[in-house]
Amino acid sequence: MKFERYGIGIAKGMTVTIKHLFRPSTVSQYPEQRLNTSRRIRGNELIWSEEKCTGCGTCAKTCPQGAIEIVTSTNLVENKYRVEKYEVDTGYCIQCALCVEACPFQALFLSYQYECATYRRDELIQGKEAMLETPERPVSGYFYPERAAKLPKQTLLIEKVVEKR
Amino acid sequence: MAIIDFVINSRVPMQALPPDWPGGFWWHWLFFTVVIIGFVLTMVMGFIYIERRGMGYMQSRLGPNRTGPFGLLQPVADALKVLLKENIVPTTADKLVHWLAPIVAFAPALMIFAVIPFQDKALLADLNIGILYIVAISSVSTVGVFMAGWGSSSKYSLLGAMRNVAAVVSYEIPLVLAVVGVVMIAGSMSLNQIVLAQNIPFILLQPLGCLLFFVAGCAEINRSPFDLMEADSEIVAGFHTEYSGMKFAMFYLVEYAEALAISAIITTLFLGGWRGPLLPPILWFVLKVVIVFFVMVWTRTTLPRVRIDQLMALAWKFLLPLALINLVITAIQVLIWPTALPWILVPVNFAIMVVLILIWSKFFKLGLGRIEV
Repeated sequence: MKFERYGIGIAKGMTVTIKHLFRPSTVSQYPEQRLNTSRRIRGNELIWSEEKCTGCGTCAKTCPQGAIEIVTSTNLVENKYRVEKYEVDTGYCIQCALCVEACPFQALFLSYQYECATYRRDELIQGKEAMLETPERPVSGYFYPERAAKLPKQTLLIEKVVEKR
Repeated sequence: MAIIDFVINSRVPMQALPPDWPGGFWWHWLFFTVVIIGFVLTMVMGFIYIERRGMGYMQSRLGPNRTGPFGLLQPVADALKVLLKENIVPTTADKLVHWLAPIVAFAPALMIFAVIPFQDKALLADLNIGILYIVAISSVSTVGVFMAGWGSSSKYSLLGAMRNVAAVVSYEIPLVLAVVGVVMIAGSMSLNQIVLAQNIPFILLQPLGCLLFFVAGCAEINRSPFDLMEADSEIVAGFHTEYSGMKFAMFYLVEYAEALAISAIITTLFLGGWRGPLLPPILWFVLKVVIVFFVMVWTRTTLPRVRIDQLMALAWKFLLPLALINLVITAIQVLIWPTALPWILVPVNFAIMVVLILIWSKFFKLGLGRIEV
């Protein structure tokens, strides 16, 4: 004799919904409250180290989208390339991070940035100055395990949904 | 409260024509018309809030919380938005019917409240056939809904309206039969008299009747799980697919005004209406109405939508026989204890309800048992 057919199923369902009524909700209030991002996130911006970069242009060659544009000139005194122009069109970037993996001098990193919507396409182009590492633009641990290990341990869950009043 | 008391004490009895016809009666009429319209509109706004937030929490969401504190102004924002929308009438529509439908649907929902007592004798018209009046009036909304479905000249609208008519015609019968039990115990059809007769709330003496009335009432006003006529996944929005702007707002209002009406009727018939200790009667009434509505929201979040054959089978094979049996049992009890039913009947009636539901579920079949219920 299955009791599910005698209204017990309905009663069970009702208890489930009433329990959910008194349970903290699982959604986050986005603009006020963000989900934690992974410390190895592949963000939408590149971070570039001017000291380590030799201007070899490997990143530009590996980029499947051709989003990286690098212009160099020769510095005959120090026998080096000088990077005249280094631009990434993040509108084309697919966050594959092949440039980061290809860089022979470990001069390229990804950032945590993922909210990059703008009103103009040309605002998406990230120039040389906008690619340097700053406190506002921290480097993600992607492809650099020793960097990731140094970052603080974290959970991807948020503890409690704080409702905006 | 003072003004309500004043109006009640100063007014004349409503059972016969008042002697000072141009004076007292019209003031009473005006006062309660305004009170009812205000009551319905505020309660509908409260209900929309309760429904959206309650459903949100039950589904692990938060619900609307951006407009005002706790999202309390969400119904106001909705109303403003809908009022500013363009009013579109389809070119092939039957213009007059399309235009009249929301009014025809809305008026009966408001008229039901004429006989609902908010307090002792605090009602627009203490009709001695109050419950009969409600039964007669509440079905008129369906005409409006069918006019909307027909006038829109859209297949989804017409399908939704047809389904609504089918559901209302079927569920009207168990609904009325469930009410008759209450009328027999109370010995009156006037809602005020029924409330006065409830020394024991009738939900205890008539548990089966209350359950049947609740189910049939939910089906009658097309609330989930019986919301076949506006089943979003099948027929867009049912009868109001082609409506927009103010006319859509009217239908939206009707939906909640009817839910409010059914909650108020259940409160009056089964939960003792405005009666209760300590708090003022009007507060008790509102509290009970909100509780009944909350149970409706609760079932809505829990239960999936029934199929059309299940809808019909539930009305004719489950609710109707149970309502008839309930009627016979109540009649016997009233015959044995003509003045007042004793407390001992409370557990007895609950036991009868459980046994009957178990037996009927056991034999409930669709398509001679070939279709899974």
